[in-house]
Amino acid sequence: MGKKVVVGMSGGVDSSVAAYLLKEEGYDVIGVTMQIWQDEDSCRIEENGGCCGTSAVEDARAVAQAIGIPYYVMNFKQEFRSKVMDYFVKEYLAGRTPNPCIACNRYVKWQSLLKKSLALGADYIATGHYATVERLDNGRYTLHTAAGTVETTKDQTYALYNLTQDQLAHTLMPIGAYTKDRTRKIAEEANLPVAHKPDSEEICFVPDKDYAGFIERDTGRKFMPGNFVDETGRVLGQHRGIACYTVGQRKHLGIALGHPVFVKEIHPETNEIVLSENEALFSRTLAVQDLNFMAVPGIKGEERVMAKIRYNHQAAPAVIKMAGEDTMTCTFDDPQRAITPGQAAVFYRDGVILGGGTIL
Amino acid sequence: MDLIYLDNAATTRMEPEVLEAMLPYLKDQYGNPSAIYSLAAKSRSAVDLARRQAAALIHADPSEIFFTSGGSEADNWALEAAEACAKRGSHIVTTKVEHHAVLNTCRYLEERGVKVTYLNVDENGLVDPADVEAAITDQTVLVSVMTANNEIGTIEPIAEIGSICRKHGVFFHTDAVQAFGHIPIDVKEMKIDLLSASAHKLGGPKGVGLLYIKKGLKIRSLIRGGAQERGRRAGTENVPGIVGFGRACKIAAGTLEERARYERKLRDLAIGRLEGEISGVTLSGDRTRRLPNNIHVCIKGAEGQVMLILLDQRGICASGGSACTSGSLDPSHVLTAIGVPEDLATCSIRLTLSHENTETDINQAVDAIKEIVLQLREN
Repeated sequence: MGKKVVVGMSGGVDSSVAAYLLKEEGYDVIGVTMQIWQDEDSCRIEENGGCCGTSAVEDARAVAQAIGIPYYVMNFKQEFRSKVMDYFVKEYLAGRTPNPCIACNRYVKWQSLLKKSLALGADYIATGHYATVERLDNGRYTLHTAAGTVETTKDQTYALYNLTQDQLAHTLMPIGAYTKDRTRKIAEEANLPVAHKPDSEEICFVPDKDYAGFIERDTGRKFMPGNFVDETGRVLGQHRGIACYTVGQRKHLGIALGHPVFVKEIHPETNEIVLSENEALFSRTLAVQDLNFMAVPGIKGEERVMAKIRYNHQAAPAVIKMAGEDTMTCTFDDPQRAITPGQAAVFYRDGVILGGGTIL
Repeated sequence: MDLIYLDNAATTRMEPEVLEAMLPYLKDQYGNPSAIYSLAAKSRSAVDLARRQAAALIHADPSEIFFTSGGSEADNWALEAAEACAKRGSHIVTTKVEHHAVLNTCRYLEERGVKVTYLNVDENGLVDPADVEAAITDQTVLVSVMTANNEIGTIEPIAEIGSICRKHGVFFHTDAVQAFGHIPIDVKEMKIDLLSASAHKLGGPKGVGLLYIKKGLKIRSLIRGGAQERGRRAGTENVPGIVGFGRACKIAAGTLEERARYERKLRDLAIGRLEGEISGVTLSGDRTRRLPNNIHVCIKGAEGQVMLILLDQRGICASGGSACTSGSLDPSHVLTAIGVPEDLATCSIRLTLSHENTETDINQAVDAIKEIVLQLREN
């Protein structure tokens, strides 16, 4: 028997092909679907079979059967609740815009799944991400972006920047070097039952994308309305509660001033939201904390990087330098729109992740 | 790899004799029992025989047995119909450790305005009959307490509760799915008005169960339609299933005591070895008022999900508790109710035996658990 690997199977085409390829390569493969937020007691019907629903389990089980690997469902609801959903709610209430996928990757998909997988005697865990784990000459592990460049908006390494060295050392991403089309083709040729399943993009536990509604239901408390103000502090109108807004937002503000306005800043301490013209959203500098380094153990002095400030942001040239023990500043060559507290800034060089942190 | 099957509370292998009895009704004896020709009459008399066999096992009259699609339907029927037909009020008394077929039906009834009292149990999972009596009000129509718990195997004081209910003129339902055919039940002596059972827990086929309804109790149908089952449960009879169920009841009636004695011996061997040879093992449920085939322990530091997968890889079929959730483990409501802390509740394992298991099975399973626990604790 080859090395043992646990594949996290979401029931989608990417992780299905990942499992298939590993099996073909001679690994001893075990499929696992992580049950993370579904309520077993209620009958929830999913419209298009999102990332982690009941249909995910059925699809993943069908794929595991088709490729002939043992398959199990594991419960990670407790971890997901505390590390992802509670964090998501807390951040919005604090006026920041969280990225729950980053937290899920580090603390649930990797930390918890890896721990259980190692206990099962596995050497690795594997996923269907479009990224490649690379071991550098300096002995460190990092992630290489799929197409070899970070200047695409489909890159998946952004949400993985927070993985630890130990996690990366035990990780395989077998489809990392392929394109989506190639992946679908492999699935078709292998007759996998999910070859034509659509991609899921929304945040899995808020499938209707109504974050504000989710937070209200989850906390059982109504939001406190407050003032929209301009950059000088003049009151422009009423907002519905700061958790309903994110920096850069234009739509659904419920305010008409005769010219387009955008959310520039959110101030939880005064319960105010600053609105401005689009031009005022641009800035060149940001600070990050809670740093995680990948390709290098840390930086001294200034480093030129490509920096990415949200999932679908096109990475842009910048200079980073340390500003404290666990903080760093990042100065872009050109101003960037809507730098958003709570999101991650991820820094790349030569197509691999140097490191990143949470935007202050 | 030889399979060691230790999940008989989830389901059992069908008795070979049961399959033999069923085969004619899956092949040539396909008549609908409601028709008039002689082919149909054979089906009719086969169903009647099965009804007598099932009745005999619990000392009921055959006219009190109504076949259903399984234990869950019987539970749904008992609770919904008893509530709807009662005249005096709408209050149900049940416990926190019931099967979901009872608990979720109670929740459904609550949404429709019925009041439900969920009684606590003690640390062994036992309901105190005095609590039942105290919970009964002039609005109470039904008490539902399971005969034996499906997760931890605790046998409830059914006869005492039956007497209390009879005294207060309240219907008494018991979900006997785990107990039926495994321990002696006498519906008359225990003063049971309604009892649910399922065939596949005692060597019968899946998809068939029964509700015992005490004579004279007028409860309405859950499945409405034709006049099958004396107008109480519509739908063409599952003749092969019912025949198999009947045969399984007949076998159980003849072997119950001997098999229980045998299983108890294996059970106590397993419990003794688990407690004696692995540190941090706690037995869940009552040590003596316990189903003969149930072993349920929590093992400190041994994650249940991982343990079950590692056992599966060695060909050992065990369970973390109940098989009736999606195969994953939420901290069980039963373990929560008996006060097991959440972190220990996720480290639980249930082994449920049958007469087919041998001492070697038990020793191999215990050896494997021992090894796995050591391995998990090292990590």
